[in-house]
Amino acid sequence: MPVPMAHILILSAMLFTIGILGLFLNRKNVLILLMSIELILLSANINLVGFSARGGDVVGQVFAMFVLTVAAAEAAIGLAILVVYFRNRGSIAVDDISVMKG
Amino acid sequence: MLAPLLTQIAFYLFSAALLAMASGVILARNPVHSVLFLIMAFFNAACLFILMGAEFLAMILLIVYIGAVAVLFLFVVMMLDIDFVALREGFWNYLPIGLALGVVLASELILLAALPTVALAPAPPPPEILQPNIERLGEVLYTRYAHFFQMAGIILLIAMVGAIVLTLRPREGIRRQEAARQVSRKREDSVEIRKVQSGEGL
Repeated sequence: MPVPMAHILILSAMLFTIGILGLFLNRKNVLILLMSIELILLSANINLVGFSARGGDVVGQVFAMFVLTVAAAEAAIGLAILVVYFRNRGSIAVDDISVMKG
Repeated sequence: MLAPLLTQIAFYLFSAALLAMASGVILARNPVHSVLFLIMAFFNAACLFILMGAEFLAMILLIVYIGAVAVLFLFVVMMLDIDFVALREGFWNYLPIGLALGVVLASELILLAALPTVALAPAPPPPEILQPNIERLGEVLYTRYAHFFQMAGIILLIAMVGAIVLTLRPREGIRRQEAARQVSRKREDSVEIRKVQSGEGL
């Protein structure tokens, strides 16, 4: 990889920041919150793969694969909860999700 | 040598595209556009992974993320009838604090990565890679990390079962096939023999 490692780290830092910013800006829309979380996990993956390529060690890619697994499971469960919540309440506004009753 | 220069150009191109698409995800007014931006962002990330030599992971990203997760998002966005304009309220209120926090976070992280005083240890000489990426990955994944691999499978299984259990609901007014009732039905229950006079009805 003829690109300096620092640039890969900066790329992933900027992507991470965009994800955090997304969490702040779209505080009412759970869908965009979930997408922001995907972006944050993607930035972590870029770090892992970058270091794996730099050191010539494949374990970083193995770990990135596990991160992908967890992200996919999280998205599936999160969206399922979202669908059930919308069915019960007719809205997905985060402000409404404060009542802990069945 | 032209190849390193081309790789560099491709890296910065894909990086810029990735950041632009990620910004599109959080700024788009329409969530459908957000999902489409997310798909493009993942695609650019997959291109970056290929540049870094992680071909298998790039393909997994294409298949799992774009093929499954992003399409799942798309389904949910289109399935739920939501007033997205109302959900966007407060966007401009949160912008200052979000931007301030983002600038602080980004500058910290970038400084940490770019400062020469905290520079990384010098890279080890690149080892001679003879096998394809997927072979190297498989050799490690199925030996040293076999248990973790199986645990990942169990996590996915639990996620699938959980999603199905959460969204399954008994629905009214649906006629299902009941094999037991069909089999236990007698001839007398459904057939009746009548003598019909000619010229008259029943």
